[in-house]
Amino acid sequence: MADKYDAVVIGAGHNGLVCAALLAKAGIHTLVLEANERVGGAAVTRSFSQGYSVSAVAHLLYQLQPQVERDLGLKISVAAENLRTVALSGDGNHVRIDGNDVYGVSDADKASYRDFRSRMTRFADLLNTYLNKTAPRLTKGAGKSDLLTLVQLGLDVRRLGRREMREFLRLIGMNIRDEVHERFDSGLLRGAISLDATLGTHLGPRSPNTILTYLYRLAGTHAVLKQPAGGMSAVSEALARSARENGAVIRTGMKVSRVIVQNGRVAGVETESGDTFRSGVVVSSADPKSTMLRLVGSKHLETGFTRSIHHIRARGNAAKLHLALDGLPGIAGVESEEFGCRFLIAPDDHYVERAFNHAKYGEASVKPVFEITFPSFRDSTLAPAGKHVMSAIVQYAPYELRAGWSADTRETFWKLALKTLSHYMPDLERRITASELLTPADIERQFHITGGHWHHGELTLDQFLFTRPVGGAHQYAMPVGGLYLCGAGTHPGGGVSGAAGRNAARVILRREKTA
Amino acid sequence: MKNYDAIVVGAGHNGLTNAAYLAKSGLNVLCVEKNDYIGGATVSRNLYKDWIYSNCSYVCSLLRPEIYRDLELARHGLQVTPPYGGGCTFMENGDYLGSYTDPQVKYREYSRFSKADADGYERYSADVMRQCRFIRDFLLRTPPDPTSFRLRNLRELAYLGGRFLDMGEQRMYETIRFWTMSVAEYLDEYFETDVIKAALSGSGIIGTALGIHSPGTAYVLLHHYMGEVDGNIGAWGFARGGTGAVAKAIGEAFQSYGGELRTEAGVERITVKHGKVTGVALSNGQEIRAKIVVSALDVKNTFLRCMDRQDLDEDFLHRIKNFKIRGSSGKLNIALGGVPSFPALPADSLLINGFMHFTDSMERMERAYDDWKEGTWSKDPYVDMMIPTLTDPSMAPPGKHFMSCFVQYCPMQIEGRDWTEEERAQFGRTVIDQIAKYSPDFESLIEHVEIRTPAVIQDEIGITEGNIFHGELTMDQIMFNRPIPGFAQYRAPVKGLYMCGSSTHPGGGIMAAPGCNAAREILLDLKRPDVTPVNFGDD
Repeated sequence: MADKYDAVVIGAGHNGLVCAALLAKAGIHTLVLEANERVGGAAVTRSFSQGYSVSAVAHLLYQLQPQVERDLGLKISVAAENLRTVALSGDGNHVRIDGNDVYGVSDADKASYRDFRSRMTRFADLLNTYLNKTAPRLTKGAGKSDLLTLVQLGLDVRRLGRREMREFLRLIGMNIRDEVHERFDSGLLRGAISLDATLGTHLGPRSPNTILTYLYRLAGTHAVLKQPAGGMSAVSEALARSARENGAVIRTGMKVSRVIVQNGRVAGVETESGDTFRSGVVVSSADPKSTMLRLVGSKHLETGFTRSIHHIRARGNAAKLHLALDGLPGIAGVESEEFGCRFLIAPDDHYVERAFNHAKYGEASVKPVFEITFPSFRDSTLAPAGKHVMSAIVQYAPYELRAGWSADTRETFWKLALKTLSHYMPDLERRITASELLTPADIERQFHITGGHWHHGELTLDQFLFTRPVGGAHQYAMPVGGLYLCGAGTHPGGGVSGAAGRNAARVILRREKTA
Repeated sequence: MKNYDAIVVGAGHNGLTNAAYLAKSGLNVLCVEKNDYIGGATVSRNLYKDWIYSNCSYVCSLLRPEIYRDLELARHGLQVTPPYGGGCTFMENGDYLGSYTDPQVKYREYSRFSKADADGYERYSADVMRQCRFIRDFLLRTPPDPTSFRLRNLRELAYLGGRFLDMGEQRMYETIRFWTMSVAEYLDEYFETDVIKAALSGSGIIGTALGIHSPGTAYVLLHHYMGEVDGNIGAWGFARGGTGAVAKAIGEAFQSYGGELRTEAGVERITVKHGKVTGVALSNGQEIRAKIVVSALDVKNTFLRCMDRQDLDEDFLHRIKNFKIRGSSGKLNIALGGVPSFPALPADSLLINGFMHFTDSMERMERAYDDWKEGTWSKDPYVDMMIPTLTDPSMAPPGKHFMSCFVQYCPMQIEGRDWTEEERAQFGRTVIDQIAKYSPDFESLIEHVEIRTPAVIQDEIGITEGNIFHGELTMDQIMFNRPIPGFAQYRAPVKGLYMCGSSTHPGGGIMAAPGCNAAREILLDLKRPDVTPVNFGDD
């Protein structure tokens, strides 16, 4: 096997795999190097206790772009799809959300929710078109394709119709709290929507920008929740298979330590173990900060650009809690057949806002919010017979905890999380046989993501579209010849979507094939 | 019953400006005001013995120079004096951060904390100035309707787009970021010293129900930086005689054009017949006729209080109800028997002529907002304090002084119900204690205190929830979204009815731009020559 390739992709997270598969499919001799022993990045199934496995970070599939599935002919088997959401109430009167319908609220709220969904999905569909395109450049000398995109965007927005266009322009910068207060009376419904808008962010429901993050969540498949069979590794393995079938080579346990730059162009990469792989094109699915500041190094970059990269905000707040249970916990008001649902602990938007307040000061939420699943309920491969796994995203647990993440502070956070959970699931604690807590600091270490941030960088309007990751370098190509980014830190952002990887592949093919 | 060509409701500074331009164009204009004084929140009044309080707005900066010149406000008595020296932020550790207007002294002072920050300030200043210059072009222009294909709107969109493109690619991306970031995160990109950032961040949240970490607050900075005094952009000053001098001068300009002012004439209802405005009905029962009625009141007052529900469609009313006008600011106006001493400052420091702040960390700034979210006043509030009489002695008896304290945050209600008198006193106490920590003789000098919560301001002046901007300045409520998408060009949904207050573009602060822009639209509709001034453009 030669150590020379047409393209080297750093990181076999789902975006890296999508990009590699598409490059390989177009005939580019591609090598993928993954630091961990298994592919998938943060979309991976891991065993955290003998006999118990869980999707280690991302645990639900709801954003995989249809274009990606189609382009790669992916077939991912699911253990469950169309999961309903149960917004838990302390008194057992939960609110249930199923597609465009909501139960346990007033008729006015039901009707308002249908209207809300109709509008939001419409806007999300509009947004989605542009999430799957390269973000245009803003300049008098913009290329034809960029101008076309801008014009198309303008027309698409206009095609919403006057009334909806006005709403779009009004809502796009707004916060979710004001919208849910305008529309709904139910605290649980307000809380559930606020949670969906703020999961994986450093924002609270009152923060402007949370309508954008909510729309982002809906983009692609309207957030229809799926549970892949065997956990999220089903997605990564399917992508890896596709990449290999197209001729890409994937090597795991190979951590890239340096991108080799010569005369302003990439020449290849070096790994920690001392191997060198030569290539005229290097594509990194690692986050922009790691890539540019650590793997490339600021000496190859201009100061303004370096400063902009440095300023990218990537402070993760989402922790992951995994529990091995000797049986399903009892939840008042929840029937046993319902354990295949997604459960939320976010009694109202004010609760979510209070939880967020802590994160601003480097503190962990005293009363956290949760997104919970029991994946073993539908997927018996994840736990021994009769036993179960609980997978929960817990916010807000700041990456940079002021007191530092130590055994003590982890213990404190764990206790607070358990206290909140026990309020809804009184017999949970005695059912726990093993547990794993991943803070954003852990996620950073284990999955090589700066700040342990889902999106590799905050998904706010100032780090979006034209300015993601940096204005002027937002079309995947970096200011070093032959170097590209294809991960969540680029347009459109993260979540298990594959859009970034696909957009990057198309840009690379266009640019490098003519070279 | 006399007939007028136009009636302007509310003699706040925008109402007066609007009325002045309509009168200047030759229309027969009546401006009605419910109080016995004019100005709305642009006032200074004799509220205690021989003191004059600028008991609402307290500085002058944003007043559009075009309007200042065009209405000859200087001739009508308006004189704005910048304070010499600068301002300062007191620190809990006994130190202070001076904010000097002289750039070299400022550099030295910042260097005391961090040389990198002293250099960072030069970059910051240049970048913010660039944003100020860009936005100043939009202030005296009616926002386009982006949903419309009418020539006028397309032309305006093209103009604005052109100005944007003129910035060059990098600057455009910077502008997009500036308009969408939080002031805290924006400052993080220039400075490392907490107190420097805290001191600069206040301008991002004054009058706003948002925290320094909320996206969109960097934009609010502009509403405090884009003003000028005598061509010096970013400068601010005191109007001689208090802020009321601004309203008084505009009022005199209005009257010099033949306009009629009537105080103690509050409007009960704007009368409508067959879908057209017919005039106003005052609270004393009197009806006055006019084909044009311009409301300088905020939109909730205008449409929810002064109009019959049946004259407006449900959807419009619903949107007006959802337009956010939130009370977040309080004010203390204090008569002092002398100048308080601030031992942290060097003797004879000129810094006391300017603003004095007491919040030295970003965390304290943000926690003040957290309190507001919980429905109470900030227990460690951000206080923007000034002693205008050090620059303008005319506002108090000789040797005595007037102190103005603008406070963030102070909610309209306490946990969803009205304030008690006890709570209002406690709020006052919180503010006084904040200042007393840095001035041992301050309390002993207090002769009188007026404590104003948003509810007090609302009762007195009428502004919904006492919000100084007549509506939040968030992305969903500015430009073509202000106050409601589709109604951002000063025309209300009833023929002959217009809006000219701060609920319209470009928003609040004493700019007079809304009043002027609305006049332009009215004259356009009447097919009369435009007598409003053109934007100065930039040097």
